[in-house]
Amino acid sequence: MIQVDNLTKRYGPVTAIHDVSFTVDKGRIVGFLGPNGAGKSTTMKILSCFMPATGGTARVAGYDVFSQSLEVRRRIGYLPENAPLYPELSVASYLDFVAEIKGVGRAERRGRVADVMERCFVTDMQNRLIGKLSKGYRQRVGLAQALLGDPEVLILDEPTIGLDPRQIAEIRALIRSLAGQHTVILSTHILPEVSMVCDGIVIINHGRIVAQGTESELVQQVFPTARIEVRVANASGDVAGALRAVPGVVTVEPLASRDGGVGFVVESERDRDVRADLVRLVTGRNWALQELHQVGMSLEEVFIRVVAGEQVAPDVVVAEEEAR
Amino acid sequence: MRWLPVFKKEMQLYFGSPVAYVVFTFFLFITGIFFGSIFSFYSDASMRSFMQPQFGQNLNVIENVMRPLFSNMSVVLLFFIPMLTMRLFAEERKSGTFELLLTYPVRDGEILAGKFLAALVLYVLLLALTLLYPGLVAYFTRVEWGPILTGYLGLVLTGAAFLAVGVLVSSLTENQIVAGFGTFGILLAFWIVGWGAEFAGGSLRGVLQYLSFVDHLDGFTRGLIDTKDLVYYLTGIVLALFLTLRSLESKRWRG
Repeated sequence: MIQVDNLTKRYGPVTAIHDVSFTVDKGRIVGFLGPNGAGKSTTMKILSCFMPATGGTARVAGYDVFSQSLEVRRRIGYLPENAPLYPELSVASYLDFVAEIKGVGRAERRGRVADVMERCFVTDMQNRLIGKLSKGYRQRVGLAQALLGDPEVLILDEPTIGLDPRQIAEIRALIRSLAGQHTVILSTHILPEVSMVCDGIVIINHGRIVAQGTESELVQQVFPTARIEVRVANASGDVAGALRAVPGVVTVEPLASRDGGVGFVVESERDRDVRADLVRLVTGRNWALQELHQVGMSLEEVFIRVVAGEQVAPDVVVAEEEAR
Repeated sequence: MRWLPVFKKEMQLYFGSPVAYVVFTFFLFITGIFFGSIFSFYSDASMRSFMQPQFGQNLNVIENVMRPLFSNMSVVLLFFIPMLTMRLFAEERKSGTFELLLTYPVRDGEILAGKFLAALVLYVLLLALTLLYPGLVAYFTRVEWGPILTGYLGLVLTGAAFLAVGVLVSSLTENQIVAGFGTFGILLAFWIVGWGAEFAGGSLRGVLQYLSFVDHLDGFTRGLIDTKDLVYYLTGIVLALFLTLRSLESKRWRG
């Protein structure tokens, strides 16, 4: 539904995005992740036909965003960053304007406007001037205008910014409910939001895509090892060395001591479960096993690793360990 | 036709903000002062001519009330038209709403048409309110409505050309002050270029005289609809709107 190939955008000497390629299938929700200034908004501005790319192509619903802009614009709903609206208009008259300009017929306009106001929880504010609304309400009016006209593709730039926790939950549920019928691409820097709402993730940094896939794919790509936290008491000798000797273990890193015991993070090959072997080792040596559990890698750790550019190939880590 | 929603939105913005009311109030206030002084001067003169008939030969309400009034109004418009047009594009670009507007399924020409027509309708409303002045004259004396109507036609055309220039300048900047002042400067130049004609010689004189709107409006106030003047105004309007359209379209490929 959205196909982006080698998209590049330069503002004078500054390259905002470089050689960005990704696709979004129909009915899927894809989250665009990246630190500020990574190129998320630029990509969305190009997809929404607001801005042309310097190089590469983008197709939305089968139409080219540059040469068939009008066809694309008939099929998208766009929420720009900070939801720019007309402060002098009331919520209802603003949404009526948007519905009319999107070609919703006079007969059904009132019903459609009432429907999106209901879905975005702004019905009780419909006669207020937009300029008098709080940030959270304005954001939701912005979302409501994007939904008008029932577009196939929704491009939402930070849809939950400025909302309180309850509103965030409501809007996430709303976006989630769009899956299947609509194709959604949204940007955010709230990581749990992506886990909760999105089917796929694209991480962008310094204008380049650094990782993409589902959450579990990303975890596997970035962390090829599984992590197990082990704590033992009454241990004597070289505990770390013994743990490392277990087949399948790649690295062992010490944790801070606690409760009179020592702790380690054991990384093992992902497709090999070494937990039983570790238990056998500990009990075999008569150490007291205080704790042993697998540590799930969250998207946050993936993000930090990928964006900070700390991603070091696993064999390098092994080499470092061996050198010690 | 998607210009209609843009038109309606612009009208709501004019009347939803103080812009329309402030412009209406002060335009009527200032032209009212002009009308009051011109008309009382005229009634003094006609009183005197009543006593000394030899001075009353040339007294005529069109010549001595409406023509000076039209001419004064056109100069007052120089100051007021920029206030009507300066926000049209500049404000939307500044506040970011233009970004959203450009992603709606609407052509640039339709956006332009909606905005220009909104400003034009507002301006015609403003002019309609000044019909009070010839109305007052007609209450006291017999008037010929023909030259008054052509005078108003001339003012509509002059105003439309001013508005088109204002729309063009507003599309070039995101700063409303720059848009307003730029428009005012250009319009002022089209007024004072006529003064330069008096000192210029040869063909330059003709060119400068043609560029100034003063002479073109003059024909209309005398009750004359000259093709030359119509062409002058329509060329100005079409040229300014065409350049605006180009400036909007360039946004699409320049980013």
